[in-house]
Amino acid sequence: MTFVRATAAVIAKDLAGEFRSRELLSAMLIFAVLVILIFNFALELDIKTRSTVTAGVLWVTFAFAGSLGLNRSMAMEKDRGCIDGLLLAPVDRSAIYFGKMIGNLVFMLSVEAIVLPLYSILYNTNLFKIGFLGVVFLGSLGYVAVGTLLATMAVQTRTRDVLLPILLFPLVIPVLIASVKASMGYLQGIEAETIRPWLNLLLVYDTVFIAVAFMMFDFVVEE
Amino acid sequence: MSVTILVSNLVKRFGLKTVLRGLNFSVRTGEFVAILGPNGAGKTTFLRILATLSKATLGEVAIAGYTLPAQAAAVRRRLGVVTHLPLLYEDLTAEENLRFYGRLYSLPNLHKRVQEVLELVGLFERRADLVRTFSRGMQQRLAIARAILHDPEVLLLDEPHTGLDQEACAMLDEVLREVAARGRTVVMTSHDLVRVSELASRFDVLSNGVIVASVQREQLDPDQLLAFYRQAVRQGDQSAHQSLAAVHQREEIL
Amino acid sequence: MQPKPKALTYLDIFTVVLFLISLGMVFFYAPMEAVMGNVQRVFYYHVAVGWVGMLSFLAAAIAGILYLRSKDRKWDQFAVAAVEIGVVFTFLNIATGSIWARPIWNTWWTWDPRLTTATIMELIYFAYLMLRQGIEDPDRRARFGAVYVILGFISVPLTFLSARLFRTIHPVVFGTNQPGAEGDFTMTPEMFHTFLFSLFTFTFVFIDLMWHRLRLGRFADQVEQLKLKFSQHS
Repeated sequence: MTFVRATAAVIAKDLAGEFRSRELLSAMLIFAVLVILIFNFALELDIKTRSTVTAGVLWVTFAFAGSLGLNRSMAMEKDRGCIDGLLLAPVDRSAIYFGKMIGNLVFMLSVEAIVLPLYSILYNTNLFKIGFLGVVFLGSLGYVAVGTLLATMAVQTRTRDVLLPILLFPLVIPVLIASVKASMGYLQGIEAETIRPWLNLLLVYDTVFIAVAFMMFDFVVEE
Repeated sequence: MSVTILVSNLVKRFGLKTVLRGLNFSVRTGEFVAILGPNGAGKTTFLRILATLSKATLGEVAIAGYTLPAQAAAVRRRLGVVTHLPLLYEDLTAEENLRFYGRLYSLPNLHKRVQEVLELVGLFERRADLVRTFSRGMQQRLAIARAILHDPEVLLLDEPHTGLDQEACAMLDEVLREVAARGRTVVMTSHDLVRVSELASRFDVLSNGVIVASVQREQLDPDQLLAFYRQAVRQGDQSAHQSLAAVHQREEIL
Repeated sequence: MQPKPKALTYLDIFTVVLFLISLGMVFFYAPMEAVMGNVQRVFYYHVAVGWVGMLSFLAAAIAGILYLRSKDRKWDQFAVAAVEIGVVFTFLNIATGSIWARPIWNTWWTWDPRLTTATIMELIYFAYLMLRQGIEDPDRRARFGAVYVILGFISVPLTFLSARLFRTIHPVVFGTNQPGAEGDFTMTPEMFHTFLFSLFTFTFVFIDLMWHRLRLGRFADQVEQLKLKFSQHS
């Protein structure tokens, strides 16, 4: 019970702070729109290419914007010493992990909730398919599960801002590949049979890495 | 009187570098101990170990009858800590910061307690303002409010006077006296001998990773504190050199 | 400073002898493969260096777990040593693969699952080395390193799985129409002996290199200790 309450307190604190400053969300959002804009010119997103590259464009955008958000969310804890404040509290360390992880997930999903309709309007593509939205959730979950752990490490190093993507991207490649392929499957209306292996991979990845991050978080915050 | 903090043979190494070398330290309930020492003596490291933020390489640490690091959770509940950094969220108000920490400690009657503490540190009027608009002194006061929010049995402070103006210092001293008057145990590091001489009930000198001298306030004229401190540091340096030389001699024989 | 142990010298000699024998087997004992010709001989070392790479990363992950359990610095040194060796051998694995691929697949590079995984794996362990470089405090460096090396090792099979799924759904076009051209071949007994012997040899190469690298780590520690001693005296 204290575990749930502590987790909820951390999430509420992050959301309240963000609701006031909107620093993190606005940065992620502007960055996401810029990435899509660049893709627009780099790939000539005409109707023919669009059907095949939409999923890829979206996931690259989410991954980049996500790493920006993760860095900021953990740097905030580190710079003002707040991470020590959390560690001084008589709560389980994993409650802190889950609190930060769910907070980061909410930020990422919020950005996606704005980017997806925007993309739909800009490119006249229907993205509101329930399967696709499920993939967006599962992919984002796996991404922030590993990302929160690695960002906690990265902000405690000398090369912090540069380091996070380098640490994170090679580890989340399975999530990104699976998310792109499953998203593409749903968007192109491919039969569920071929999408299933990708969904399984996503589920396995999410489960394994949430469990591992849960076990490892102690080691990245305690001296 | 019972013992609240008991530290024996504490050693802390960072890689190959030894910062604390067999430190012994004990504090009775209700004492107000000032730990003095030159920069790099290991004061912050020592305080972080007491605060459960860092683990000892060797040796025993017990606070309020619980051993570290095994019973860290029980210790944390009884500990209030003020570090160099304020440990506050700039995008939250003073009140929100305290409410957040209060929830982590699962405090009952949180609202009332937060108001009380805010009044105690003189920030009640500014409770709805964002921390980012606060001066250094106000942030430090709020940091102390955060540390005493759950009415801890032991209060640890790392150089709390650093960067504060006269007024803020006076305010801080007042809060600390109030805490000490209620029988709480306080351990504070400092290098400001003048400030500390009026506050603490006991002075310990930490030099080269060990406590080299300790004196009660009654046993010392306030004017003699500086002389006492210098003497202790000099002795500490000498004995450290001797023990180091002895260690090296032994290594060379081997 | 300890002199080089006798056992290590013997191991050095033994490894060199094994290596020479295996070289002889690759060139003179194993027959020339009918379709691919002499270039197929790179296969024996190609697989063997890949095997050393995997062995190193496995050893590093195990050392990482042991470090987190014991907080003993020796496991951290073990993990770095293993990762450094693994990075070099995985690179050799990719390079020899390319040499083999050029005449057989008619390209230096293809996004084959194994190739892709090896490359991503290499990037993971580069990231590990960069992570270590960014941290001053040796305890923290060891802790973070251990966490990352474990995470990295867990992600490798998932990466391989995703790369393979990627391919089965989207087959790479070239090379698949003729089974022989992809590099498939059946091993004769001589080939199989040579193959096994290469694996055996490179396992010893791995052990020998690890030993040297661990000794080097200990020397570096001693130098560091002397420096500290000196700075404390002055």
